Amino acid sequence: MKAKVYVTLKPSVLDPQGKAIKHSLELLGYEGIDDIRQGKYFEVALDGSLTEAKAREQAEALARDVLSNPIIEDFRVEIEK
Amino acid sequence: MKFGVIVFPGSNCDHDAYHVISKHVGQPVDFIWHRDTELRGYDAVIIPGGFSYGDYLRAGALARFSPVMNSVKEFAAKGNLVLGICNGFQILCEAGLLPGALIRNRELHFVCAHVNVRVESTRTPFTHELKPGSLLSLPIAHAEGNYVCDDQTLAELQRDDRIIFRYCDAQGQITDEANSNGSRDNIAGICNRERNVLGLMPHPERACEDLLGSSDGREVFRSLAGTLAAAA
Repeated sequence: MKAKVYVTLKPSVLDPQGKAIKHSLELLGYEGIDDIRQGKYFEVALDGSLTEAKAREQAEALARDVLSNPIIEDFRVEIEK
Repeated sequence: MKFGVIVFPGSNCDHDAYHVISKHVGQPVDFIWHRDTELRGYDAVIIPGGFSYGDYLRAGALARFSPVMNSVKEFAAKGNLVLGICNGFQILCEAGLLPGALIRNRELHFVCAHVNVRVESTRTPFTHELKPGSLLSLPIAHAEGNYVCDDQTLAELQRDDRIIFRYCDAQGQITDEANSNGSRDNIAGICNRERNVLGLMPHPERACEDLLGSSDGREVFRSLAGTLAAAA
């Protein structure tokens, strides 16, 4: 079983890296890009015998406690069997 | 009085802090490995600059789980003095000992420069011997020094006189140009509610000898030592 954890900066927090990437893409001629926000993606391999609910609970706990900083970041968890 | 300098894997200003305490403050100082948990007998603890755990995940995010950090929390809760410099400031924020967070510099680059900071409050054990409004020339060297916090936290910091240092120009004006990393309200250093934990991005320990371009940082350590001497 796999937990996919996406960590992104809260909308209220400026993202200078996302802004720089957007700027570079525009210089390269890519059009129609309104905004880019950079985040982090984690794949957490979990014990296959866990129920989906238990796996989600565990992944959300580690995403909240370690992988994200709740002051500046949000997270989202997807469980894949 | 006895000082401890905490050493994480990746700390690199630990020796600078040790040198300043032993040479300029003239007091006993030990290195404390991050897996040690005994802080009894110390009067002040310095969390030095560097790249603890290679800045993996987020700057300071993994150091906060080192065994010594629970001891640092207890140490601070008892009213003892904790000074976090640069990566030490990042660790204190990640550990929840100081509010807010430090994110990537506004201009993205690692900034290594001497900057001016204005002393905004002398009501701390680390700044009481400084002049309010005086300027210190201190080096900064970081990529994640951009201080952020929510509106409520900022209002609280301002109201309670907990912004201790702000980036300013050579005349002492708080300007956007002088804000080397984009920090909210030009914040370079803050303290906790109880005022015994201070975190700052600039390096006072690297500015204690004229040979190094500035000795302004000495005043911070002189204040710190003065506080401990008065309490003894």
